[in-house]
Amino acid sequence: MEAKDRLKIPRQKMPEQSAEKRIQNFGEVPLGYTPEQAQKEAARCLQCKKPTCIAGCPVEVDIPGFIKLIEEGDFIAAARKLKETNSLPAVCGRVCPQEEQCEKTCILSKKFDPCAIGNLERFAADYEREQGDVAIPEIADSTGKKVAVVGSGPAGLTVAGDLIKMGHEVTVFELLHKAGGVLVYGIPEFRLPKMIVQSEVDYLSSLGVKIKTSWPIGTIQTVDDLFQEGYDAVFLGTGAGLPNFMGIPGENLNGIYSANEYLTRSNLMKAYAFPEADTPILSGKKVAVLGGGNTAMDAVRTSLRLGAENAIIVYRRSRAEMPAREGEIHHAEQEGVKFHFLTTPIRFSGNRDGWVTQMECLKMKLGEPDKSGRRRPIPIDGSNFTMEVDTVVVAIGNSSHPLVPQTTPGLELNKWGNIVADPETGQTSRKGVFAGGDIVTGGATVILAAGAGKKAARAIDAYLKTL
Amino acid sequence: MNEIVKKEKLAPQINLIEVNVPEIVNKARPGQFVILRIHEEGERIPMSIADLEPKTGVLTIVFQEVGKSTVQLGRFKAGDTLCDVVGPLGRPTHIERYGKCVCVGGGIGIAPIHPIARALKEAGNQVISIIGARSKELLIMEKEMKKTSDELLICTDDGSYGFHGFVTQPLSRLLKDGTKVDFCMVIGPVPMMKTACMVTHPYGVKTMVSLNPIMVDGTGMCGVCRVTVAGKTKFACVDGPDFDGHQVDFDELSRRLSMYVKQEKISLERYLSLTGKS
Repeated sequence: MEAKDRLKIPRQKMPEQSAEKRIQNFGEVPLGYTPEQAQKEAARCLQCKKPTCIAGCPVEVDIPGFIKLIEEGDFIAAARKLKETNSLPAVCGRVCPQEEQCEKTCILSKKFDPCAIGNLERFAADYEREQGDVAIPEIADSTGKKVAVVGSGPAGLTVAGDLIKMGHEVTVFELLHKAGGVLVYGIPEFRLPKMIVQSEVDYLSSLGVKIKTSWPIGTIQTVDDLFQEGYDAVFLGTGAGLPNFMGIPGENLNGIYSANEYLTRSNLMKAYAFPEADTPILSGKKVAVLGGGNTAMDAVRTSLRLGAENAIIVYRRSRAEMPAREGEIHHAEQEGVKFHFLTTPIRFSGNRDGWVTQMECLKMKLGEPDKSGRRRPIPIDGSNFTMEVDTVVVAIGNSSHPLVPQTTPGLELNKWGNIVADPETGQTSRKGVFAGGDIVTGGATVILAAGAGKKAARAIDAYLKTL
Repeated sequence: MNEIVKKEKLAPQINLIEVNVPEIVNKARPGQFVILRIHEEGERIPMSIADLEPKTGVLTIVFQEVGKSTVQLGRFKAGDTLCDVVGPLGRPTHIERYGKCVCVGGGIGIAPIHPIARALKEAGNQVISIIGARSKELLIMEKEMKKTSDELLICTDDGSYGFHGFVTQPLSRLLKDGTKVDFCMVIGPVPMMKTACMVTHPYGVKTMVSLNPIMVDGTGMCGVCRVTVAGKTKFACVDGPDFDGHQVDFDELSRRLSMYVKQEKISLERYLSLTGKS
């Protein structure tokens, strides 16, 4: 096909559940491409000689390569091409902010809609899984070296997948009862079905990765114990820890959740299915979610599915500064979420039994840009007003996970308690100890954690060769 | 692993189970806790450690049947296996040679105070224990507590055994009589811990309590177990569960513990109607 014909094809929209229907269930919102749609979209890729999209991908996927295979109809080969560099394509195809990465650097995006790289990645990975034709890639001869991976989120799973293929023995330690980290406790079913995470984890198991759940490194075994037991290197991908709160009066009233708790109840513990599942969750009618990130969008959309009549986002800056993906904001708007921008809560008050009933807020205006480059919100004196609420979810970020840093002597931390690690290698202040993901960067994205895992795997492999 | 090797009914609705978890037992210390689940759709249930047997790898848990999960666990028998057990969690109780220590345990709070009393005694302390329950038939672990204490005082609310009254009364008497107490550890229902702390406060006796707020992950991630201590938010799962009792906001803790009373009732009633009453 000529380039000018390719340019004539419009970007293929992925079908999705209607907003009215989907807020009644926890099923996935986008439904996936048909093979015809995928091939049509794949034909939009210009197959650049010097592709600019790959530079936008933290895990360096051969993007034109896998897209070409889709265009040719060899979907299985496309999936395998993806897996050469990305251990989690079905996950990344769903939750990566492609508009900030590969699709942003796609040459088409200068004049047209970029090629739907994320949708195509998702299609190929889903196709392979649904066909049940998941191949085991070539695994290098055993090196006899053992690596312990602490945490089974996107960073840990990526490290494990890469190192096992290099011939090292890998054991992943997860302190929760299910592997997947934030992919299972944080991201809701309607955005990332847990079955998909499970099949990515199963895939790693099939490559020989050992996964030990309910195993809290830091207490049952320390990092030093792991070395003593014969591990040659340790990767720390322990992720986000205790939630941040606003630090304002009334924050411990009943009905006020952290996003971590709210989402963990609904996702990991399946509280949306209460009482079939044992863990309960409050199904508030007037729900306010504080924050403007993807986690806030996940929480507010969860509240709608749990039966909220009035679900609002309260964010201290304006829409333009929201860190959430545009697509998530759009989905939330479609579903009826209301947004209160330039608003910040200053106090919660409750009834006699200690349940939150009201939230007092201040209006804000935007001042000069701060260190993050976003305009700083400034409170407007006397702009106080109150909002009726029965459930509040605080989604303003996390601090680092405390268990490993508290119990690993000699591990250098920054002032926020994050592990100090070389951004190119993940090397920490301890010999043989590498780290990556949210425990290093603070709250970031799945793909940045996976990218850190990829770099760390390379560095760990190099380190093991020196032993 | 995770097999229940022994189950014993200690009192109506109060059970003891011994679980085979050698790796946890190896590392656990008094004052820590574990979280267990009894089936795939089960909730994560925090449980205090009542005893540890390093030789056999057996962990003792004592629990009261109050909601769906504990009622269901009460139906487990020796030979059954728990879905998962994770631990040890939380910080161990700080043990040192204080001199004279008083260990106050109320209801099933006697179970976690037992290994703490023993550790205090082994550290060279003189240990006076005060344990209590609503009635004689609900009093647990008297024999074990006798072994680990230099002196054991027993109370029942209804006077059916020992001193007629609350555990806080002999505690108050002890201090009034001029006994110099160097350290006090209190575990039990929230109102009891609150009262005990009010009793020791005027005497300036260092008093630690072990708190039992609602938990989900219990490992320093979700933040539901937040408690206010000395005006600051602390997380019982990683900062505790032991805190300076004179600084704890017990009223807030009580309130937060009641968050799911309605749902707990629904869940239990549903379970009983599906499975029968016993």
